[in-house]
Amino acid sequence: MAYSEKLLDHFKNPRNVGTMDKSQKNVGTGLVGAPECGDVMRLQIEVDEETGKIKDAKFKTFGCGSAIASSSLATEWLKGLSVDDALAIDNMKIVEELALPPVKIHCSVLAEDAIKSAIADYQEKNGIEVTKAEKSGH
Amino acid sequence: MNNKRQIYLDNNATTPCDPRVVDEMVPYFYEKHGNAASRNHPFGWVAEEAVDYAREQIANLINVDSKEIIFTSGATEADNLALKGVFEMYQRKGNHIITLKTEHKAVLDACKKIEKMGGEVTYLDVDSEGLVDLKELEAAITDKTILVSIMWANNETGTIQPMKKIGEICEKHGVLFMSDATQVVGKIPVDPKETGVHLMAFTAHKMYGPKGVGALYVCRKNPRVKVTAQMDGGGHERGMRSGTLNVPGIVGFGKAAEIAAKEMHQDAERLSKLRDKLENALIAAMEEVYINGSKEHRMPHVSNLSFKHVEGEGLMMTFNQDIALSSGSACTSASLEPSYVLVALGLGDDLAHSSLRFSLGRFTTEEDIDYTIKAITQGVNHMRDLSPIWEMYKEGVDIDSIEWSEH
Repeated sequence: MAYSEKLLDHFKNPRNVGTMDKSQKNVGTGLVGAPECGDVMRLQIEVDEETGKIKDAKFKTFGCGSAIASSSLATEWLKGLSVDDALAIDNMKIVEELALPPVKIHCSVLAEDAIKSAIADYQEKNGIEVTKAEKSGH
Repeated sequence: MNNKRQIYLDNNATTPCDPRVVDEMVPYFYEKHGNAASRNHPFGWVAEEAVDYAREQIANLINVDSKEIIFTSGATEADNLALKGVFEMYQRKGNHIITLKTEHKAVLDACKKIEKMGGEVTYLDVDSEGLVDLKELEAAITDKTILVSIMWANNETGTIQPMKKIGEICEKHGVLFMSDATQVVGKIPVDPKETGVHLMAFTAHKMYGPKGVGALYVCRKNPRVKVTAQMDGGGHERGMRSGTLNVPGIVGFGKAAEIAAKEMHQDAERLSKLRDKLENALIAAMEEVYINGSKEHRMPHVSNLSFKHVEGEGLMMTFNQDIALSSGSACTSASLEPSYVLVALGLGDDLAHSSLRFSLGRFTTEEDIDYTIKAITQGVNHMRDLSPIWEMYKEGVDIDSIEWSEH
């Protein structure tokens, strides 16, 4: 399978790898996937409490190259977005950007889930009503 | 592919042709292009003679009579011919076949088909090393059992079954014993007669011969075994497999067998040293590296390792521009399931996803192994730096206690 240059770049030089202190009130953590499925993504956002914008994002992923690249790309996109704009990130945008082959689309779905899960965690911590995901289950 | 020489450690998938094999084959594409079944002119005679000679070379390698070699298109066809052919031929005696859960798909899927045709198949479990339980095997034999099919050595782990003991059990109960010996013929000494094996499938392209040609050994004496042809036509191969013989392929197969008979001992000795070097270095360099399969009963050139909390396909992407090998990870297969062989050994799905199979071959060098040790170590460390479950593991979090979201 030939992967796109962008995908390979994100895989070899992943952006924003790391861990945030999840006990911080302005940090939201999403942990999705399962080891037995071969993919686990942990995506974290740090929200600027004054502007409501995401000022930093970090990830760690156990998975194939497409899963790692999808989460790396997601963290790049998240920085500077408002929570609402972040919620609007659609997995198909990731598929297009990285030219994921059909068998790897689930990696982009997982990245979208990780974003939503991190935001929900942040909203819960801060007493904000959790935005319901538009898509349910897959 | 770039110009740099790629390191090839996927010899259980297929081996490169030995140049001596190709040299032997070439004339049979050109001046000696005859059909071995053409009885009326020298082109046919030359081809027939070449096929007979190759049959001798192959028979010598496994210590059988050349009349007991049936040429096929490969091991998959030989497996199918043995299983379905015995099932049809011995229907009056019974309809029950015993095999292992860790067999190759050529055997498992042929067995599934046989079940649809009215057969009954028992798929035995293996232990944590991949070995059959002889007591369970014997207990599974009924008065309807006609065949036991157990692979000589597993393609993923290299685990070698206790073939002689299985042969004794089959002998005791008057049951035929067939073996998929694809991974062993030409690599270690294989003697079906001495082992009590009545049918044996193998192929040229795993022993430095060409693709597209294989063989089924069918015992002709004590007992005289017959299989019903699965390919009908001109009645070639004593009526068991019709179809014009692949003369150049067979010539190459013969030459590969001749070379293997002479060189397999030295190859095996050299490769087991390189394999051990690779394995020991990786285990010494990193934590949480596990050997899959039997360490004691194992092919000399195979190592199957799991690198905990690293996903196999992602790991392969760190070095697959330079090194070719296989993974038991789901992501490398179309099915999205991890290796059923490793799962049958009792590996959790996570360790099965984390596995790499190294299979060395005649053309593997020490420099290849040295480079591989470095590249794999770097790759595993890169992937572990990225892995949230490795981080949790290092922090002492019990990963099994987490409620994972299935997707």
